[in-house]
Amino acid sequence: MAVVDRSQVVEKATQMSKDGWRLVQISCAAKDVYEVTYTFDKEYKCSHIRTVLQKNDLELPSITGAYFAAFTYENELQDLFGITVKGLALDFKGKFYKLSIKTPFAPQPQQPA
Amino acid sequence: MATRTIVPFGPQHPVLPEPIHLDLVLEDEKVVSAIPSIGFIHRGLEKLVEKKDFQEMTYVAERICGICSFIHGQSYCQAIEGVMKIDVPERALYLRTIWGELSRIHSHLLWLGLFADGFGFESLFMHSWRVREKIVDIIEETTGGRVIFGSAKIGGVRRDIDNLTLKRIEGELRTIEKMCHEITDVFKKDSSVKRRTVGKGMLSKEDALALGAVGPTLRGSGVSSDMRKLGYAAYAKINWEPILETGCDCYARCMVRCRELYASFDMIYQSTAKIPDGPVDVKVTGNPAGEYFSRTEQPRGEVIYYVKANNTKNLERFRVRTPTFANIPPLVKMLGGCELADVPVIVLTIDPCISCTER
Repeated sequence: MAVVDRSQVVEKATQMSKDGWRLVQISCAAKDVYEVTYTFDKEYKCSHIRTVLQKNDLELPSITGAYFAAFTYENELQDLFGITVKGLALDFKGKFYKLSIKTPFAPQPQQPA
Repeated sequence: MATRTIVPFGPQHPVLPEPIHLDLVLEDEKVVSAIPSIGFIHRGLEKLVEKKDFQEMTYVAERICGICSFIHGQSYCQAIEGVMKIDVPERALYLRTIWGELSRIHSHLLWLGLFADGFGFESLFMHSWRVREKIVDIIEETTGGRVIFGSAKIGGVRRDIDNLTLKRIEGELRTIEKMCHEITDVFKKDSSVKRRTVGKGMLSKEDALALGAVGPTLRGSGVSSDMRKLGYAAYAKINWEPILETGCDCYARCMVRCRELYASFDMIYQSTAKIPDGPVDVKVTGNPAGEYFSRTEQPRGEVIYYVKANNTKNLERFRVRTPTFANIPPLVKMLGGCELADVPVIVLTIDPCISCTER
């Protein structure tokens, strides 16, 4: 899996779009760092791009310029993980999901035993 | 320019069994744009990996949706089997195919009924659901459940279907297939159905690909993409081709589902003819370590299961991307330029499953 710097994400996604790849999903796994994975498909082949964010710098550029459909996934990243996505074509500003806990998928501080 | 009005559609609406909301921007009766809102019933099931171990998560995956329950469980099991490099016995692979296709038939019949109800064809709705009930009876007989099969298991399946029962079920399915023809002929030929569906909710091939459409929504726009072609379960061992329509409208998406019914019947017949004898599961020991993307074809389209495991009982991350979630941007495109009266029918053609989406 190709791991790229977040500054390269838009460029890579734009190239994938030009080459005819379909955006399949964007997901995030958060523990010590936040791994954001972009998955693309072309003729049943899967290709992934991953970028890693540090806890104290949760900002990503939006790829909605290359793939408009990314707005659902990127709003999900904002709502569930607290990642700020810059340049979102359709930004629900944290209201995509109606949540009782703010950013529930971001690592929570340990509760005292 | 005409005065613009915003009309809220949903979250409660007669054609919506589950809540989704659209802000429809209208100029007179024409929809200029639509802004979707989901998240009314987001359950956070992905978060449960912190409390349930990786074996228990099979039950959670099966409960993501009441229509395609089995394929959710199967997709999750495939993801864990991919991480743990487990070889599933061949008989279990065929059984997964049979239950998967039974799920598809009952889901498509359910959708055909809802679709008919959406444009007021009540007798067609009742006929579709009457036939669907016979499929659900077979599911109940073979799994013990009508909604949640409880048959998916990491390393295989939980129960077997003996060969005699399989043969009898095949005979019943051939009778049900004839009943399906009576229903799909109406969808195919009836002028009132065509008047509400032909040329409505257009989604070009290029837009379908660019907007990430999946399943019958994508294949109704002429794109050959069906994850069963990846060859999981027993799909690599049987002959079939993805169903395609090129109309790009509501009628095309309906025809894809009608024709997929017969493709599913055929896949079950082939599976019952080829299923080998043998065990239906293998023992799973240890904990998973690593990550895996599992892709399968639900009745509504491609579903993705991503798991990340760190050699403990609890997964580090469990992520599900459901087909309805992927079909929301294409839906926004389809609604642009349509008449307000066509909105319910167009919304239904993506077969929205909000319980999947709000996993």
